[in-house]
Amino acid sequence: MTLLIQGGHVIDPGRVNGVADVLIENGTISAVGPALKAPAGATVIQARGQLVLPGFVDLHVHFREPGFEYKETIESGTAAAVAGGFTTVCAMPNTNPVNDNQAVTEFMLERAKAAGNAHLYPIGAITKKSEGKELAEIGDLRRAGCVAISDDGKPVMNSLVMRRAMEYARAFDVPVVDHCEDLHLSEGGCMNEGLVSTELGLPGIPSAAEDVMVARNVSLAELTGARLHLAHISTAGSVRMVREAKARGLKVTAEACPHHFTLTEELTRGYNTHAKMNPPLRTMQDVQAIKEGLRDGTIDVIATDHAPHATQEKQQEFTEAPFGIVGLETALPLTLALVDDGVLTLEAAVDKLATAPAKAFSLNAGTLAIGAPADVAIVDPNSEWHVDPARFRSKSRNTPFAGWKVKGRVTTTIVSGRVVFELDRSERQA
Amino acid sequence: MGLKRKDLLSLTNLSADDITLILETADSFKEVSGREIKKVPALRGKTVVNLFFEPSTRTRTSFELAAKRLSADVINFSPSSSSVVKGETLLDTARNIEAMQADIIVLRHSSAGAAETLARGVKSSVINAGDGWHEHPTQALLDLYTIRSRRMGFAGLRVAIVGDVAHSRVARSNIFALTKLGAEVRVVGPPTMIPLQIGQLGVQVYHNLDEALRGAHVIMMLRLQLERQGRALFPTIREYARHYGLTGERVKLAEPGAIVMHPGPINRGVEIAPDVADSLSSVILDQVANGVAVRMGILYLMSGAG
Amino acid sequence: MDAGDIARAVTRIAHEILERNKGIKDLALVGIRTGGVHLAHRLVRRIHDIEGTQIPIGELDITLYRDDLSLRKDQPILRKTSVPFKISDLKVVLVDDVLFTGRTIRAAMDSLIDLGRPAEIQLAVLVDRGHRQLPIKANYIGKNIPTSREEAIEVHLEENGDEDRVVILRA
Repeated sequence: MTLLIQGGHVIDPGRVNGVADVLIENGTISAVGPALKAPAGATVIQARGQLVLPGFVDLHVHFREPGFEYKETIESGTAAAVAGGFTTVCAMPNTNPVNDNQAVTEFMLERAKAAGNAHLYPIGAITKKSEGKELAEIGDLRRAGCVAISDDGKPVMNSLVMRRAMEYARAFDVPVVDHCEDLHLSEGGCMNEGLVSTELGLPGIPSAAEDVMVARNVSLAELTGARLHLAHISTAGSVRMVREAKARGLKVTAEACPHHFTLTEELTRGYNTHAKMNPPLRTMQDVQAIKEGLRDGTIDVIATDHAPHATQEKQQEFTEAPFGIVGLETALPLTLALVDDGVLTLEAAVDKLATAPAKAFSLNAGTLAIGAPADVAIVDPNSEWHVDPARFRSKSRNTPFAGWKVKGRVTTTIVSGRVVFELDRSERQA
Repeated sequence: MGLKRKDLLSLTNLSADDITLILETADSFKEVSGREIKKVPALRGKTVVNLFFEPSTRTRTSFELAAKRLSADVINFSPSSSSVVKGETLLDTARNIEAMQADIIVLRHSSAGAAETLARGVKSSVINAGDGWHEHPTQALLDLYTIRSRRMGFAGLRVAIVGDVAHSRVARSNIFALTKLGAEVRVVGPPTMIPLQIGQLGVQVYHNLDEALRGAHVIMMLRLQLERQGRALFPTIREYARHYGLTGERVKLAEPGAIVMHPGPINRGVEIAPDVADSLSSVILDQVANGVAVRMGILYLMSGAG
Repeated sequence: MDAGDIARAVTRIAHEILERNKGIKDLALVGIRTGGVHLAHRLVRRIHDIEGTQIPIGELDITLYRDDLSLRKDQPILRKTSVPFKISDLKVVLVDDVLFTGRTIRAAMDSLIDLGRPAEIQLAVLVDRGHRQLPIKANYIGKNIPTSREEAIEVHLEENGDEDRVVILRA
């Protein structure tokens, strides 16, 4: 199948930023340039006034399969991904069973292939059953197709185990991803510890619960020389420490989530369970620090931490409701809001959504270079729309952004040269 | 007139006038409670459901008595842990109760915000009878009533709240209400029991009990959750009692005529010395008696047809 | 009615009460809030003028006994009931300003009976405007004023910082 995307504003961070045509042949990018001629039989996609971007890469999603298919499946999750412009997603291992062995990894890859939406790369567990005790078969996980290892959600508390994981992972050049949370400091907590938690009488999670683990992980990365990727950092302290670690030349990358640079703990008032996630929404100062970290490059990557939960789970009492929100279908406009606010240039925003994450996990994605897989997101940057969870492709509706008026929308998503998502005409006006 | 609200969930969104209205209404019921026949027909035909997910004999009995003295039908419902195991959510349970045409649901729950979650989901009026560490509005209102019945004005009143403020819904409700009414609120306890940001709620923070008691008109003791011993909040009960227990000597540091309050049940000899609990300055039993009148007032005010 | 009419009516009712009850033995007055309370105090003063003795007086708030509580959106403000004597075996004269449907008196009687068991309950009103919805009749009436249902009657009293008078407001 041959596709010619005509007349769009092409941004391939560090390479192209201007109006050009993109030619796709045999699932790869074959040419990028002005006024390309459509080969015989080519399908032409008119992209005038739109952005033509490398498909986005999400290093942090929870697709719940196997084990929790009522929340999300790999099929529905990857459908949500392409609807949000993501052509590559990295799925966390906190499934049931935990992705701590080759069989689960292969199962997930099989499912993704059958779904035929986005590319899916599993992230393997660091320890068996993510129990933080014995190392998982990291080498085999890598060989089966895992692109990183993490005990996300159940962070490795034992620093010696973490040290061994980082050392061992070096043999396979696989990045170690940590959800930085000291489980003792955060015990029982369900929102940021601060004035709001004091008023609401909710058990708090102090910033320090994240900061101390960032500090530990940076120290261990320095000791072991491992590639460390810090998931969803949310505090000013984390940003400061990552900045300092990078300045010292450590192999540290960091991601931030749209909700952490968009929302504050104030949203928790009224015991809004859609404001419950981990790490929790923090203060305005933290939001400012995250934005500054994105601006100055301390934070490399924007990831969603897409965490679907069924409606009845989120309707529980605040303390009982599970952590997490879906994010794949709202990440783009929330990131573009940073461009409007002058925090990021458009090119930097694309870099953080596509190019930088691919680089962090060494994925063959995130670029429109000749010969690269033809993974493309076409975006109408000026389309204004209302977030309507009922229209989500995800199985779950747990978003704090319902009803928000946002700007910037994916109109077409192409994976390996195949159009996998096109915005319905009926939705364009929504 | 009236409270103009469906639910009583928190004292943060009641105005000083609303609080005054509740206290004045309670006066009328205090009179009813003094009669030989302590019953009026005001809530005839109404159904009040005491939905207690956490055991609390005192609060439940107080609400039950209040509702009965208003001639309402009262159902006590204490969902066993088994229905929770079966996967019934709070909302499911409440909708079942609502289907029985409950007019008012009085909820006690271990989870902060449970009352608010419930109120959003049902048409019945919801009264928060304690939600986690969050609030216990009727307890604070009966505390205010007790203070007021001692002919103390709230403006400039110095109130020392002593103990585990961080984990106390009674403390929170009292802080919200007392600061709103112009009282000077002091909280005192070891730093492990005082939230870091509590000063922003307009209270003064003390870690030394003697200092906090100087010049206080009201000493409000909180119940020490003994099971928190050793879990890092305090090393031993003995040490806690020595540093933060209220003794007769310490009461003398307060303003002459100061009153001592406690929401009960008391750990005698821990947060409060037995002779203090039984002394003339103690109004602990008044609080219990006033609780019924205040809750009658609240039930009455909440019982409009909506 | 003007101030003179009201004063004469109160004096006459005071005499009628004494006559009917053959003096003040076991007699007590209970005013219904708020207009009835002021009239009860006037009657007690007048009886004191005549007999030289103060008889017991109480104040009744009948709100909790109203028959429309469950129909109202907002509950009416409560005022305190104060009957500082045992009413059992007394002859209690309920006092109100206007007798209309009779529902207030029904509530007042229920309320009284919850306070004890009076030997007798009698009723004194300044104005009877008709339109009874319950089988209730006053023993002492200041003045019968026929009205239509749509009209309103207002009793203004000095105790409320007004001039004594009764006015009919046309609908």
